[in-house]
Formats: sequence, C-alpha cells, structure tokens
Amino acid sequence: MAIRSFFVPFLLFALCFNSSLTPVLSLYEDQVGLMDWHQQYIGKVKQAVFSTQKTGRRRVIVSTEENVIASLDLRHGEIFWRHLLGSNDVIDGIDIGLGKYVITLSSGGSILRSWNLPDGQMVWESFLQGPKHSKSLLLVPTNLKIEKDNVIVVFSNGRLHAVSCIDGEVLWNKDFEAESFEVQQVIQPPGSDLIYVVGFAASSQFEMYQINARNGELLKHESETFSSGFFREVSLVSSETVAALDSTGSILLTISFQNGEISFQQTPISNLVEDSSGPAVIIPSSVPGIFAIKTNAITIFIRVIGKGKLEVVETTNHETAVSNALPISEGQQAFALVQHAGSEIHLAVKLAHDWDGNLLKESIKMDQQRGLVHKVFINNYIRTDRSHGFRVLIVMEDHSLLLLQQGAVVWSREDGLASIIDVTASELPVERDGVSVAKVEHNLFEWLKGHMLKLKGTLMLASPEDVAAIQSMRLKSSEKSKMTRDHNGFRKLLIVLTRAGKLFALHTGDGRIVWSHLLRSLHKSEACKSPIGLNMYQWQVPHHHALDENPSVLVISRCGPSSGAPGVLSFVDAYTGKELNSLSLVHAVVQVIPLPYTDSTEQRLHLLIDSDKHAHLYPKSSEALGIFKREFSNIYWYSVEELDGIIKGHALKCKCTGEVADEFCFDTRDLWSVVFPSESEKIIATVTRKSNEVVHTQAKVIADQDVMYKYISRNLLFVATVAPKGSGEIGSVTPEESWLVVYLIDTVTGRILHRVTHHGAQGPVHAVFSENWVVYHYFNLRAHRYEMSVIEIYDQSRADNKDVWKLVLGKHNLTSPISLFSRPEVITKSQSYFFTHSVKAIAVTSTAKGITSKQLLIGTIGDQVLALDKRFLDPRRSVNPTQAEKEEGIIPLTDSLPIIPQSYVTHALRVEGLRGILTVPAKLESTTLVFAHGVDLFFTQLAPSRTYDSLTEDFSYALLLLTIVALVAAIFVTWRLSERKELQDKWR
Amino acid sequence: MDTIKVVVAILLTFSLFSFHSFGFQSDELLVDDEEFGLEGAPQPRFPEPTSTRSAPVTTATRKRHSDLDSDSKIEFSLDHAFGDSDFAPAGTFSARIKTWSHGGQTLTKLRFSRNNFTNEEQKNFKNLLESDDFYRIRLPSNVLSPPGRNFIISSVKARCLPREGLDEHFVIHMEGVNVLAVNYGSPGSCPYPRNLKLPVKWSFSSYTVLKNSEQAPRAPIFTEEILGGENGGGEVVQPPERSFWAKYWMYLIPLGLIIMNAITQAMNMPEEQVTGQVPAQGQPSAGAVQRGPSSAARRR
Repeated sequence: MAIRSFFVPFLLFALCFNSSLTPVLSLYEDQVGLMDWHQQYIGKVKQAVFSTQKTGRRRVIVSTEENVIASLDLRHGEIFWRHLLGSNDVIDGIDIGLGKYVITLSSGGSILRSWNLPDGQMVWESFLQGPKHSKSLLLVPTNLKIEKDNVIVVFSNGRLHAVSCIDGEVLWNKDFEAESFEVQQVIQPPGSDLIYVVGFAASSQFEMYQINARNGELLKHESETFSSGFFREVSLVSSETVAALDSTGSILLTISFQNGEISFQQTPISNLVEDSSGPAVIIPSSVPGIFAIKTNAITIFIRVIGKGKLEVVETTNHETAVSNALPISEGQQAFALVQHAGSEIHLAVKLAHDWDGNLLKESIKMDQQRGLVHKVFINNYIRTDRSHGFRVLIVMEDHSLLLLQQGAVVWSREDGLASIIDVTASELPVERDGVSVAKVEHNLFEWLKGHMLKLKGTLMLASPEDVAAIQSMRLKSSEKSKMTRDHNGFRKLLIVLTRAGKLFALHTGDGRIVWSHLLRSLHKSEACKSPIGLNMYQWQVPHHHALDENPSVLVISRCGPSSGAPGVLSFVDAYTGKELNSLSLVHAVVQVIPLPYTDSTEQRLHLLIDSDKHAHLYPKSSEALGIFKREFSNIYWYSVEELDGIIKGHALKCKCTGEVADEFCFDTRDLWSVVFPSESEKIIATVTRKSNEVVHTQAKVIADQDVMYKYISRNLLFVATVAPKGSGEIGSVTPEESWLVVYLIDTVTGRILHRVTHHGAQGPVHAVFSENWVVYHYFNLRAHRYEMSVIEIYDQSRADNKDVWKLVLGKHNLTSPISLFSRPEVITKSQSYFFTHSVKAIAVTSTAKGITSKQLLIGTIGDQVLALDKRFLDPRRSVNPTQAEKEEGIIPLTDSLPIIPQSYVTHALRVEGLRGILTVPAKLESTTLVFAHGVDLFFTQLAPSRTYDSLTEDFSYALLLLTIVALVAAIFVTWRLSERKELQDKWR
Repeated sequence: MDTIKVVVAILLTFSLFSFHSFGFQSDELLVDDEEFGLEGAPQPRFPEPTSTRSAPVTTATRKRHSDLDSDSKIEFSLDHAFGDSDFAPAGTFSARIKTWSHGGQTLTKLRFSRNNFTNEEQKNFKNLLESDDFYRIRLPSNVLSPPGRNFIISSVKARCLPREGLDEHFVIHMEGVNVLAVNYGSPGSCPYPRNLKLPVKWSFSSYTVLKNSEQAPRAPIFTEEILGGENGGGEVVQPPERSFWAKYWMYLIPLGLIIMNAITQAMNMPEEQVTGQVPAQGQPSAGAVQRGPSSAARRR
C-alpha cells in the first residue's frame, strides 16, 4: 500500500540533509517475507535411494547434477536436509549404509563421506587416493562383514578400497595398475565372500578379477580376448553374467564368468529383431535376467535364459524408462517401467522373472510441459490390506521431480529452477477498468478493520492474537500477487530460462510460477541432436502506441556444444508462455547484439553474428531493414577471443556476397584489434555497462562548488588480464610472478583509455560497471587479502563548462554531439580497499531514473547478498575529509570496507550455490527489485536511500484519520469557547 | 611465522613511509610514461592532457643513459589501408631497445618517418574522404620479430585527419617489446557530423606517444601506530573560514522574507484604511489612531 507522495521534491530535499548519515537498511523481524521470497531447490536428480529402515521410511535420499545431496520427505516433497557440495565436487554415487548413514562418493571417486540420515550431520570423511584416473563405483553390500564391521566397497582411481562403514577407515586396498584396464562393474554376489571386478583392457580384452572380500587378496585373474572389441558399457544380468555390445553395436555379447571361466556368447541383433537398423546402445539397468538395448527409436528388452540364450520379451517404440530393481521378498525383485503414450504415461511394475504379469499398471495424466521421463526410481510400501504397494519417483525432461502413487501425482518439485541460465524481467498486463474498485468497496469494512488493528499495533494496545493477525494479514496481502501492473512497478514477471530448456515466469510478488513452457525448439530432434539454451533477450517491450501487443522474449539456442553449430531462435509470449514462432537458422550464433532501435510494433532489432563473421539482422522485415540502413554506419561491436587474448572491433561493410543472397545478411570488417602478449597476459574478465542503465546527470558537484563531468559512454569495456601463471588457484604463485592488469577500452575505436597494473594480485576477478565507474574484486597476494578497487573516469573536455555565464550565454559544448573519434580527454581516479569476503557475483542496484544513490550487491562466499553503499568505494575518500567534503557525504578513508551485518539483503537466508544477481528498476524511483539465483532463488525489494518517495507499508492511515478528526473537533471546541468568551467580553 | 612477521614489518615501514611523505599515495616508484614527441616535429598545437604530454626528449633519455645496459636499434613498419583495401607500407618506426638489468626490454627514442602519399594513394584517400570511410593502419604485435602473434589494427574515419595538412596522433601501448594496442586518430577533436574537407597540403604531421602500464595505487594500510601518530601530531586541518552569508543563508532568507512581508503589510494597511474608512468618516488617519474610536464605539 505504498502511496506515492505528492511531496517528492520536499522529501528529496530532506533526503539531501539525511544523506550524510549512513542509511540503515536492516529489516525488523516481522518484516521478513513481506517483500521478499526464498525458494529452495536441489537440481536434476541423478540418483535416489530409499531408506528402508523404520524411522527413515518416509524419506528419500537424492543426489543431483547441482552436486546437492538431500533428504526429501516422501509425503510432501519437502527438504529435510540438504548439502551443496562444491562445484568441483561432483557426486559419483550415493547409497545407504547400516540403515542410518548416507554414503556419498564424490570428486572423481576421491572423497567418501558418511552423513547421518536423520539430520544430515557429517559422520566421517575419507580421502581415497589411487594410481590413475578411472571410473568410480560405489557398492554398499548389505551383509558383507569384516570383523563385525560393515564394509563399503569403492573402486576409484584405479584402486579397489574396502572402507569401514562405522568410521571410514580403509580396511584394505588393491591396485589395478594394468595400464589400459577400464573397470566396468564391481560385483559382490550376495552371501559370498568374493568380489568380482570386471572390465575391459585394450578395448578388446575382457578381464575378470576375483578378490577375497575379507582381505583384498587376489584369488583369480582371467582374461579373454574378443577380436572385434567392446562398445562402452556393460549391463549386469546376474551376479556372474554381464551383457555387452561389440564395437560396431550390432552383435550382442553375453559374458559369463562362472567359476572363474570366461565364456562369450554372440548373438547378432538382427537375429532377435528383424527391422533393427543402426548401432545399438545398452540402457543401463540392474534388473536381474533382463537388459535393454536401444536402436534408433526402438527399445528392446531382452531376457537371458540359461546359458547365453536370449529372448526378446518386448520391443517398443515409445519413449521408455526403466527403474532399478527392488527386492520385495525372498528371491523376488520388482522393477518399474514407464512409457509415454500421448498425454499420458503408463506405469507398470513387474517382477523380474515374470515379464507378462504386472504387479501394478497405472495410467497417469502428465503435463506436456514436463517432457519425457528421464529416470525412474521405485519404492515399495505395505498397504493397509497388507499387500505390496509401489510408488515411483520420476525425473522428467524439465528436471522436475514427481512422486507417483496410486495413479496420481502426489507431489512435484520444479527442480529445473535450480539451474537457471538467464533471467529477464517483463511487465504485467495493464489493469482493466472496473476490476479493482468494486473489490475495494466490497472490502471496505475489512480494510477499516485492518487499519484499526494496525493502529492498535502502533499504539501498543494489541494483544498477541492481534499481533498474529496483523502479521498474517501483511504476509497474505493479495495486493502483491495480483496479475496486473501496479503503479509502483513492484509487480513484474521474471522470465527464467533453465538448463533443461524450459521457460518459467515467476511472479515477483510471491514467487509462484505463472506459466512454464518447455521450448519445442529445445527438444531433441533429428535435425538438432543436443540443443542447448544460451541466452534470452527482450524481443518486444510494448509501450506507448503498441500497448495491445503482449511483450515477448527471444530465446537463443544452439544445436550442439560447438560454437559453430546452427542456432535456433524462439519467440515466446511473456504473458501466456506460448511459443509464437521458432526459427531454425542455417548459420551459427556466436554473438547477439540487441540494437537500440525498435520498429513500429516495438520489436527490437537484433544483430546476430555467425561464425563466419557475417551479421544477420532480425526481425527480417523491410521496415527493420529501413531503420537499420539509416544507422548502418553507426553500428560498431567488439568480440573477445579469450583463448587467443585478442579483442577486436568490428563494423558493417556491405551486403553479403557469395552463395547466400540474403538482404538481411551483411559482411563485416575488423576496425581495430588489441593483442595481449600471450606470455604475460591472459584475459580473465570482461565487463560492460548494462545497456538499459539510466544515468540521471552527467555532472557531479563536488565539495568546493566545483563540477566534474562523468565520462558516460555506452561503449566502454572493462578488461582484466592476469599473468598466465597466476591464472590458477590463489596461492599457486608467488607475488612476484603474478600481476593483474585492468583496462578501460573504448569499443568503437579500440582506444585504451586507462590501463593500470596491480602487482602481486591474482584473480578470479569479479567486476561491475555502471555509469562512469567500475568496481572490481581480486586477491592481493602480498597482503594475503581480497581487495576491491574502484576506477572512476571523468571527461575533461567538458570541464570548462563551469562558468555560469557561459551556460547563460550558450557558449558551452554540452549539447554538441560527441564523437568517439575525437581524442578523448579523460582523467581517472582510483582507490583500493581490502575486503574480507571472496565473492561469487557482483551487481549494482538500478533505479528507474538513476537518481537514487547506488549500492553494490555482493554475492558472498557464504551464499548471501551483501549491500554495500557505493560511497564506500569513492576514490575521493581521504583520511581527513574537509568540512565541505564531509557535508558532501564523503566517508573518511579506511583500509578495508566495512561489512555491516544488518546490510545483508538476504538477512538470515542463504541462496545456496549463488550464481547471479539481477536488479530491475521499479517504477518508484527509490526502489529496485533484486533477484538472486543459484540452486535457490531469492527475491526482494531494495531502497538504497530508503523509500523517500512513498509512505511505508505500515503507515497507519487510521492514525492519520484519527488525528485529523481530533484536530477538527478541537478546532470546533475552541471556536465555540472563543465565541462564548468574546460574547462575555462584549456584555461586560 | 617468521616470514609473516617480516612481511608485516616491511608493510609497516612501507606504510609509515608513505604516510609521512605523501599521505596516501603509493610509495612505489612510478615508472614514467615513455612518451616522446617526434623529434624535429612541430610541438602539438592542441593542448594535451598531462598524462600524454610529450616529455622533453633530452632530459628523459639522459636519465636513462646512466643505467642502461645495452642498446640496440630496431625498426618496424607501419602499414596502411584505404577502406577495405590490402595493407601497404606507409612508414617506419625506429627505436632503441633498452635491456634492463632485470631482463626486461623496453623501447626508447621512438622516431617515425612517414612516406609521402603517392598519387594513387592520394586518390584513394580522396575517395575515402568522399565516402566517409575508414583509414586503417596496422603495426606488428612484436617489434623484435614482426609481425609477432598478430597485427595490431586501428582505424579512424578519414574525415577526422585533414586540417591544414594531415594530422595524425599515435598512442602506442607497449608491454616490453610487445605492442598491445595502438590508438590512432586526429590529435584533436573530430566533431560530428564530419564534414568533407580536403587538406591543403598532402603531407602528414605525426605525433607519437609510447605508453607503458602504470602502477595501481596500493590499498592504504592502517596500523595503530600510524593512527596514533596522526592524532599526536595534532595537525588537524582547519576548515576554511566561510563567509557570514555562506554560513547563515538558511536563516537569512526566511528572515528577509518575513521582513519584506511585514513591510508590504505595513504599506498596505494605510491604503486599506484609506479606502475603507474615507467614505464613512472622511478622516484619514493611521490604524492605531483609528482603533481608538472604533473600540470606543463598540463599548457603547
């Protein structure tokens, strides 16, 4: 209910007086959740393990591609506990040991950890080393014991380890040093003391090692050569048989190593299925007696009967996913099979030895926007009638996680939101007339009641129930989650592109998903095997004359990981999430340049640069071409070749020549280049200003009534390079060998406007560029601390315009156009400070008009967002500022930047795995919207100079009304009194 | 631990030193920009910002002569291109390489001799001027083994160059013997819109500046002693005494307004009474006088 005040100028004036005080940004406890929301995710599930013990029955342990291990509630899908391992600590396997420990193997098999199942506390951690890199396999046998110790068997880095489940101690280990040995499976037949390690050597030799599980003694080693070689993976059929494919993918091999004797049985796939074509791949599964292969679009399930005899049990051309096997009773194992059929999925639970009979068969309606089923995990429970019930956890193409039970989706988690690639904000539709007024009148009584409650709260008369009522009323305020535009601009849509190729629209009011859309263009298809979403741009932002149109966003994606792969464009309506159009391009998309021009329907012109350095104009319309032609000679861009250490500037030349006769294709030319010497400099960071940033004033008035002119150019590029030696981790080099050079480069002419070297400094460098300043963060090896530096750049060519008379008589050059081809006359000011934290991301607040002072938003290593006033990073700070400087608001110089605990924007919360911070200006000048994303999402509103232009949320209108009424009453009473008195005076 | 102590001690002394000498300037020796105007060339007519001002050649080189170890002369060529044409030689830079005792090499005494335009080139350049196209130049990225890794390209709209003759300005950013970038353009401004203007004489006057990287100012390091020393010194900078007006304008203006208001009121009042009372009593008198009879009348 912030109402824009009519006293803005007055308040601004008041603010000027207040600005010398450090604004306190903290939040009261009862304000948490009023304007901010926080959502927790885990990412795409890689592996799920169900706890079978009594206490843990309601839980499932998952590991994800975001390197999260989490314990989820099976009833509701909530997170019990969660740990985010570092980005280089990839989880290889998880399992449950002794029913109460979660065992994780990570970091390429070199770290084994145990976590307490109920609360997620770490119990122990062991580091496993080995002679060489290899596949990592984790095996937790249920009943293998060495001296009452339960054992975990780990194969990692070319070594087999047996680790105690209790304390993580390595009981024995055994090296597999044979050069080319590639481990495929580690098998522990239940009830025996043997471990089989099988794998390939030299790609055509099958090796089998039999090892005593008690002491790691090698009992038997057999190898057999198969002339045509093997193809990647094997599938375990039984504890003494595996299935594999030959290197051409056309012959099936069943390899049995019973009693240490290896024998091959070959079966050409064409014998089993007639119309098979192309090489097959094995689908990894662990169902005993059955394995699955896939050729083209057909999935074939094959049963192994007896000695190497194969039998096809089912062929299907639907998309199919198979779960792991689940032992349900003595000798019986069940597994789940999920198949797609139109808008439904069919779930079947079967026994391993009985393909035709179904324990369970269900059809579940599935949202088309979730795509295909990628993974299935099965779990059983005892029904009320004592029979077996099954529930399955499925992972969908959009990375969401669903629990199916009794033919329904019990819960779902949108874990695609844990891997956001790009974010952009969109306005909501304008409110139509006659919607809200009636609602307000209807709720007039409620409204008054609410304000009375607030008044009570203000006057400290409220009872605890009242306080609770006030709090819940504030949190549930329907105002903030409406689907229409508000006049303060707080309500917006955040359009989010995830790694799964799904677009989500989140409402800024409460963070709910307004719509989601799995991009068709990002679907796997014949033409495009592995599409990758890259970026998102605002394609159409209607305002003024084109208000009837819905805004739309442009999603750029690419077929395949190489930068030369052809691009795909999709245009998506921001209100409904409908894909308006999608274009498969013939050319690649290396760079996208949104141009500052729009056509009559407010579609923004974009220039796409392909790998052959042709520029393509979109939208492909004659109107756009006309606009483009007018500005043809004023379009410049740059490209950074990080590997070569070259930055180049480009301009347009002429229409494309050659085979493609296309009006919208243009040749380009190189205008300038900056070549960093490869032996001394390596580019590690490049930052530009945000293209939509608004700068309120170019002039900056400094203490002694002097004016400095900010050098504001949209074409400035900040580049940081380090010594190639020093590009590794912090501490890997001595200060003498390491330096950091930063540049400010004009991207039209290639001029280096500023260049400065920090000796003894090292990356990683995080930087933010805004207005005429850049702030960057790096490590100082000499001081053993992180440092932040600021560079401000000022224009000297306008410095003569200080004379008032010149301005009055019009003899100034303030309105003359600036050409970057003129020699720039700039001066820079810079200063460095120590900073305690290492940083994950830096952003800066942005407001509608750029009047409000700025704050830096620093994503700290603790996954929190810290707001730091830009005034702390003012190069004009000095130890003893003069009185005039103090009045201006210059803070005395300190060697390090203060971290005020109250200025954490995220207050008590953490945005796990923080990757990016986005700021969006609200319509209200004082306020900016902040969205931080990583594995978690966090959104809040910030007012860097407090809300000087509106009344606060908890402003008591009732109190105001009451005061007015009281005043009016007092006026009447005194008037009456004075009348009477005067009358008496007259009669005297 | 000892090393840390030593480092701390060094830092302390450094910071002490820096405090007493410059306030918060870095105490490290800033290597002078190696900037030399072209010898024999006319001094630039346009005022240059201090950072790129051509240093007097002789003093700078003499200073260097004392500590240089070896000297060798090198040459590298400047190529140019008209619009999208191929590059052709346009001139030669010659310089001395100075090898420092610590192994680094830098260029000094940069001279530039430019070839005059041939008729063909003159025609090409005229075409460029007419079509407002780019005049491009390039330098090798390594002066010892040209072209090094790649060529350094720079370009400018041809219409920016002509004045009397053709004026050009090079700022060559060096890193040892590597050329990092070259900023090429007119020595002054090049106002937009660019008008077509042919040069009177077809000869170049060139200004060249060599630039090396600057040292960043170090983060200030405060310690207890230094702060104590500062306070003990008692050298508190007195704020400059401001005028009476500057101090109290905020009181003076309302005061002035009030006074003015009062004056106008005082001026208006007699008039009102004149107009209000004359027809009734025909007795022009001051307000104070007037009030007497009226109150007397009321008492009646």
